[in-house]
Amino acid sequence: MRYLPLTPDDRSAMLAAIGAKSIDDLFVDVPKAAHRDGFVDLPRVAGELEVERALGAMAAKNASAGSVPFFCGAGAYKHHVPATVDHVIQRSEFLTSYTPYQPEIAQGTLQYLYEFQTQVANLTGMPVANASLYDGSTAMAEGVLMATRVTRRNKAVISGGVHPHYVRATETVVHAVGVETQVLPAAVDAEADVIAQIGPDTACVVVQTPNVFGTATDVTKIAEAAHAAGALLIVVVTEAVSMGLLKSPGEMGADIVAAEGQSIGNALNYGGPYVGLFACREKLVRQMPGRLTGETVDADGKRGFVLTLSTREQHIRRDKATSNICTNSGLCTLAFTIHMSLLGETGLRKMALLNHEKALATRDALAAIPGVEVLTPRFFNEFAVRLPKPAAEVVEQLAQHRILAGVPYSRLAPAAGMDDVLLVAATEMTMDGDIKILASALAKVCA
Amino acid sequence: MSTMNTVGRPTTPNRVESKPATLTGGRGLLQDEHLIFESDGWGKTGVDLPEPKTDGSDLGDLVRRDPIGLPGLSEPETMRHYVRLSQKNHAIDLAIYPLGSCTMKHNPRLNEKMARLPGFADIHPLQPTSTVQGALELMDTLAHWLKTLTGMPAVALSPKAGAHGELCGLMAIRAAHEASGQHERRRKVLVPTSAHGTNPATAAFVGYTVVEVAQTGDGRVDVADLAAKLGDDVAAIMVTNPNTCGLFERDILEISRLTHEAGAYFYCDGANFNAIVGRVRPGDLGVDAMHINLHKTFSTPHGGGGPGAGPVVLSEALAPFAPAPWVVHDADGYRLIEREEDEAAQAFGRLCAFQGQMGMYTRALSYMMSHGSDGLRQVAEDAVLNANYIKARLSDLMSPAFPEGPCMHEALFDDEWLKGTEVTTLDFAKAMIDEGFHPMTMYFPLVVHGAMLIEPTETESKQELDRFIHAMRALAEAAKAGDVDRFKGAPFHAPMKRLDETRAARSPVLRWTAPEGSNIAAE
Repeated sequence: MRYLPLTPDDRSAMLAAIGAKSIDDLFVDVPKAAHRDGFVDLPRVAGELEVERALGAMAAKNASAGSVPFFCGAGAYKHHVPATVDHVIQRSEFLTSYTPYQPEIAQGTLQYLYEFQTQVANLTGMPVANASLYDGSTAMAEGVLMATRVTRRNKAVISGGVHPHYVRATETVVHAVGVETQVLPAAVDAEADVIAQIGPDTACVVVQTPNVFGTATDVTKIAEAAHAAGALLIVVVTEAVSMGLLKSPGEMGADIVAAEGQSIGNALNYGGPYVGLFACREKLVRQMPGRLTGETVDADGKRGFVLTLSTREQHIRRDKATSNICTNSGLCTLAFTIHMSLLGETGLRKMALLNHEKALATRDALAAIPGVEVLTPRFFNEFAVRLPKPAAEVVEQLAQHRILAGVPYSRLAPAAGMDDVLLVAATEMTMDGDIKILASALAKVCA
Repeated sequence: MSTMNTVGRPTTPNRVESKPATLTGGRGLLQDEHLIFESDGWGKTGVDLPEPKTDGSDLGDLVRRDPIGLPGLSEPETMRHYVRLSQKNHAIDLAIYPLGSCTMKHNPRLNEKMARLPGFADIHPLQPTSTVQGALELMDTLAHWLKTLTGMPAVALSPKAGAHGELCGLMAIRAAHEASGQHERRRKVLVPTSAHGTNPATAAFVGYTVVEVAQTGDGRVDVADLAAKLGDDVAAIMVTNPNTCGLFERDILEISRLTHEAGAYFYCDGANFNAIVGRVRPGDLGVDAMHINLHKTFSTPHGGGGPGAGPVVLSEALAPFAPAPWVVHDADGYRLIEREEDEAAQAFGRLCAFQGQMGMYTRALSYMMSHGSDGLRQVAEDAVLNANYIKARLSDLMSPAFPEGPCMHEALFDDEWLKGTEVTTLDFAKAMIDEGFHPMTMYFPLVVHGAMLIEPTETESKQELDRFIHAMRALAEAAKAGDVDRFKGAPFHAPMKRLDETRAARSPVLRWTAPEGSNIAAE
């Protein structure tokens, strides 16, 4: 087997050195009743070619985003990733290294994590960011738990504009520890509705901008209302590129930002791996979940970086830790930070404007279709339309014509009574021809 | 005197005794590298984009006006920055990476190639399922392999890491107790003292009280103590098997019998599955739930600390409570069940926005299919053989924590043998760095003083093991011979000297900020 270097002679010599007669001698502690002779019922060893054929056949059955007119968003976005990114993340020293617990021989990882933290802090407009969480939805769940620790209150008020899967992932975890959630009804312009629900028991208010319907909202007044009641404001962002055009959560008074970073540097990957961005106010840092990289010096006084504040973490604090999180999204943070270094502020702002431009053009094309109503008043690169038919049916019909028209809202929240709502996203990847194809096909289906 | 060729170029090196420091701080191939924020890249970009036709003015006051604080680099500068950084990292591809409990094995590049096929990498999580039948087939196939290898009837794929898998397993257990009306009573989770920190952290995270179970002198769960603590107030036990001392729990069948008799569930931490894959099925041991770190046993890369993946196999009793989403296969092909209320299931909820770590599923399946059932059994056997070989070859100089009997995939030593040398486990580890090796796991498990946990994995050749053993023996002899300076200041030859972690924690500097008086307008 090509991944196994030991030869039969090696094995014999090693068994002799150990003083064992056979390999079975090394498994003597396995109870007889659980011992199995022979191989489990699965195929045997396969060469590269066979594996490539088998997996290639599965891959060929999928319609990839790049091969069709493509308008899906709702928390995952197709952006162009420069070739440099994928090359660098496959370097052995990044790909095949572990968590940087030995800082003297892991400065490569530690420095890029420090740079990543700074980029995320600046992008979100927040003082500090951690070295990433699993994805945006788990970041939101951790944000709610952190807010309950900080405020010693037990209730989260969640806007009806937050991605329903994020809400579900959060509720699943926080309900287990007895945190109460109040989720407001879904509405295109839902964010401001949370203000009326803030009470003395509110630990945090969770809003999303742009929200799941694409609506961009200035949440400054929500922050003021939350703070006046002693609650924290958590801002969720599912499209990181939007922060290159829209006011940052930090500018608008967020206390915690939980965002999905997939848009920068990372492929769609059918939903993962992605990279959760997590940032907060400075005074909250000791309640933060996840890994943090900090600056220090070595014995020669030379600047270097280490994982720090680990007394918050499970491997030190065990059942008193701020979270059970161990792994972060290392290689996805690397992809993010390389792409962001290439873009710089100039590139990011331009990319964001291109996204907005393509979305406006798509909006205009769809708005012209009789029976199609654009619902989202102001947006970055995604908006909702009302169709004359159930959106899921329309999407399926267009998929038969090799057009991926967007995400039916009913797929995210079937009980919301919004079966006719379609979420449509455009990015810098969207071509004018794609918009035309979508508009004409949609016009036919809706006629 | 050096010899010269006909144009006066020296062809043999001069011998120089002294070693002058360099003038710039550079050291041969090792480059000092500044932060991207210290480059002159403010305003630059390494991406050529067309001019946008909008300025965003339709968004009025929502537009971000202040500087963001993101430097840009041209492509060559970017490449150099990250290549320079990369050269300061140890990696599996460079040398053995013997971190116990971490399973740092070779990462086949075929897996990377497969994960990047556009049919897997370039598909959206919310595309109509009719357009991603191959992706669902892959998930279903992976599930089949995992279920067959573990002898378990069900698997929840979506957990994004080992700790996330623990969360999944405990939530399924909790949901099962809720369904049978026992949750209010069963509020304790029993965890052996040798457990990974994530075990008690997860139990607490889910709202349980953690009760520690003692360990016997031979490094196993104290069954008498476990039996005494089991009762109708216990929801589950969390046991790692093989355990974190690198030993198989001999009494595992008794442990699961007692647990079930008490009405509790058996959660197995599967971090060490590599030692038994293809040889022992956790389902035959009475396990109710076990996460599988795809980034350990199934070789998806660790990537400097993630992304991982932690699918959880579940027993018949827990299967109904698995979180959404999951894949079903029927006459119409593959379907994705995304909501827990669908199919009248009792799912406990959802753990993340989408389907989990598809990119890791592809890599893991590529790895499994490459090995096959025969290769995977050989994986376990070679992993155990390599660890026992290291243990055998070092036991005369170092003190194995549990000398009796074989270990499994990792060899555990304590610091008894360092007594009187002034050298600590940490010093020894740092001296290993100077010899070109990544240290083993230190000070874990907590039950062994000054622990050194060595896991070579099956992908080390005998030659590399001998090289490692030679270095370990040389260092051990140096420590015993009183060569203390070699250890106390180590590492001397790494890119950095020992770093001041206390300082980093006392006054945390967690981001770069523009120096006072600079005109860089970062936040």
